[in-house]
Amino acid sequence: MTDAEATTAAPQTLLQVEGITKVFGTLKANDGVDFDIVPGEIHALLGENGAGKSTLVKMLFGSLQPDGGVIKWRGQPVAIVNPMQARALGIGMVFQHFSLFDSLTVAENIALSLDDDIPIRTIAAKAQALSYSYGLPLDPFSMVGDLSVGERQRIEIIRCLLQTPDLIILDEPTSVLTPQEADKLFETLERLRDEGKSILYISHRLEEVKRMCDRATVLRHGKVVAHCNPREETASSLASMMVGTEIHQVVREASQGGPGESLIEIRNLSRPAATPFAMPLRDISLTVRAGEVIGIAGVAGNGQGEFFEAVSGEVLQDAAGSVRLRGKDVGRMGISRRRLTGTAFVPEERLGHGAAPAMALSENLLLSRYRTDQSAFLGPLGTIRSGAVEAASKRVIEEMDVRKSAEDPEAASLSGGNLQKFIIGRELDRQPAIMVVNQPTWGVDAGAAARIRQALIELARSGSAVLVISQDLDELFEISDAIAVMHNGAMSKPVPIAEATYESIGLLMGGSEPGHVAHDEKEVV
Amino acid sequence: MRIELIKRPQHSVLFSALSPFIALLLTLVAGAIIFTALGKPPLAALYTYFVEPLTEVWQLHELAIKAAPLIMIAVGLSVCYRSNNWNIGAEGQFIMGGIAGSLIPILLPGFQNFLTLPLMLLFGFAGGAAMGAVPAFLKTRFNTNEILTSLMLVYVAQLFLDWLARGVFRDPAGNNFPGSIRFPPAARLGEIAPSQGSAHYGIVFAVVAAVLVWLMMRYTIKGFEIRVLGESPRAGRFAGFSSRKMVYFAFLLSGGLAGLAGICEVSGAIGQLRETISPGYGFTAIIVAFLGRLNPLGAVAAGFVLALTYLGGEGAQMALGISDKVARVFQGLLLFFVLGCDTLIRYQVRVVWRGKVKA
Repeated sequence: MTDAEATTAAPQTLLQVEGITKVFGTLKANDGVDFDIVPGEIHALLGENGAGKSTLVKMLFGSLQPDGGVIKWRGQPVAIVNPMQARALGIGMVFQHFSLFDSLTVAENIALSLDDDIPIRTIAAKAQALSYSYGLPLDPFSMVGDLSVGERQRIEIIRCLLQTPDLIILDEPTSVLTPQEADKLFETLERLRDEGKSILYISHRLEEVKRMCDRATVLRHGKVVAHCNPREETASSLASMMVGTEIHQVVREASQGGPGESLIEIRNLSRPAATPFAMPLRDISLTVRAGEVIGIAGVAGNGQGEFFEAVSGEVLQDAAGSVRLRGKDVGRMGISRRRLTGTAFVPEERLGHGAAPAMALSENLLLSRYRTDQSAFLGPLGTIRSGAVEAASKRVIEEMDVRKSAEDPEAASLSGGNLQKFIIGRELDRQPAIMVVNQPTWGVDAGAAARIRQALIELARSGSAVLVISQDLDELFEISDAIAVMHNGAMSKPVPIAEATYESIGLLMGGSEPGHVAHDEKEVV
Repeated sequence: MRIELIKRPQHSVLFSALSPFIALLLTLVAGAIIFTALGKPPLAALYTYFVEPLTEVWQLHELAIKAAPLIMIAVGLSVCYRSNNWNIGAEGQFIMGGIAGSLIPILLPGFQNFLTLPLMLLFGFAGGAAMGAVPAFLKTRFNTNEILTSLMLVYVAQLFLDWLARGVFRDPAGNNFPGSIRFPPAARLGEIAPSQGSAHYGIVFAVVAAVLVWLMMRYTIKGFEIRVLGESPRAGRFAGFSSRKMVYFAFLLSGGLAGLAGICEVSGAIGQLRETISPGYGFTAIIVAFLGRLNPLGAVAAGFVLALTYLGGEGAQMALGISDKVARVFQGLLLFFVLGCDTLIRYQVRVVWRGKVKA
């Protein structure tokens, strides 16, 4: 326990937010939000996707202007009109999605974000000194494109620290890190707190919040539903505050009977890197049988995206036999013909890959199913039977409990979780024999995530083969029968769930498996 | 100092719909200013330009003659642009269509029956499509920029036509004037109502093409494919659509329609192959496509508006003594204002005087 009593007794709050309101059209994204941050605390901001966390943070960082309410900084009301001003006050932010240029060096990237003109050499020296003093070693002259995701995040943190902020806002910082990298980050954050800096920590990983944060503010539908001390709560009590009801626990029965027939067989799949920053695939072999869920873990950027493209047929292989789906060699076939084997695919990106953002949901249903459901959805001369498509779309929406604002809205107007439920439901509606999913619950709120995971398990139990690629280890442990790990474009043997531990999988994610090519000379943190 | 365009969180549906009309209005205002600067009475000049050409029936026929190629080309271009392929070379495809269709009456003057005209139209379509296939091939094979290649091919087509009309295809009985033989009646596209004016069936083809393409875009899986690949190529690839095939489809269709417009112009309005057969229809049709919101039916309305600038230009030259190049000025203004309105409806402008803001 830290000096919580001392901080609450501190005479001055650093940041105080009173009755902040932000309205988008008819939606109240923030509705009278109150909370405060005192110096030297890690304050968690919890909430489902769409609860208004990002909106709130954007107002604190000056990217959005509130419609009502007051922000007080050190007791003085302030209007934060742009990020430059936020930085001048002493507010720094580390974004979830990095804004870095791959082809520039670390120091150049940092220089780009600074408001004043400082010579690169000075910046490099400062950045290096700072990075070592916080135990986040960085070479300021290495090219960003060559760095791992964890290292890129360090750049964002260092560039934030260079401006000596008093309040640091971190948006879902651990979603891209291995467990070991995350531990390293926590140490740094705790050190910053001990130096008297305040941290506003946004996350949906409740265990982290419990472990590290001194106080938490929970948002639901734009309103504050609770201020609490996360250390005194349980993960499930925090989750129910976020969602409003008890979260339905995912139930995974042991798979019954012996191993089913092999539905996905991948044999010696290799693929050269398509671009200088892409990952090659190195001799991957994997079998997924009917009735089982195989999880693929790995830190982002270790070839998962390339692997998904190769399995889905968005990129073809040279050898027809390198990918077999339901006993059919499909290595030379495109995605439509692979779908016709009874396989369904869900890619990582929802908008722009799994769905066309500006198109209606029913049109997005057609997107992946016009070929497999040709007889139902298409009439003579390739005309679209919109009645049938809309009916199917309605069925999916009901089945997956997709919440939407209009009859048949544009995909982009749905929240991430609801769109993901629709995209998964669109494929489940076909009752596929094989399902390949990349990041099934990325950025999806807890309620929707539980529903999606349950649906994947049920699909496997009904006799389908399910392959799930995910960076969320909790998720993989929850649903998989075995977990394989991708590192540096190669894949480990699947570890049966009974034998797998966070530690052993975490080590594999860091590339520790013997016989693997070391990931350049980067140290494993 | 720096000017930033910032995306508006929500853009007005009303203003998006009104955008072409606002652009038209702004064009008229700018036109009035230009006429004043030239020392002409602005209102009278605008009347001469935009109203007078609509006052008599034969003039409406002239309007239809000018509108026909504009609409036909713009319909193809709207499909092309919707699929995110930027064909700027419709002028060249128009010319090649005119040349290909003219091969039949020029090389086989004896072949005159009910098949002559349909075959010419078919050749015209094929000629334009073949010309369109060149940038499509270069784009899919070598990843070249289709804007540049299609545009450069326009000059190839123009000079090739010039060479034909002055050289091998020159009418031996034409007193050394450039131009082929006059086409026999079986090779001429008929007039719709000869007693009232000279409009030929090109305008009918144009409207039919617009309706057919509109039906395709609205109700078929092909139209869906075009829109998906244009809006989100990655989602299109996930759907199993081939962007390579789409490049060919877009260029063959838009090139073919431009070629059809070319042969309609030659066999309908002109009656022989001359050294120039187009006052820039292929370029003006780009404006038509955008003014019509890349919608084939919108292109019909927009085609008539742009056709009016051609007629107005001729009228203004005669009545006011202004160069008919003013027509091009109006067309340019119109495109400028359409694109400007569309941009400002979606984005707001912010001027940053100094300092940097993190992007």
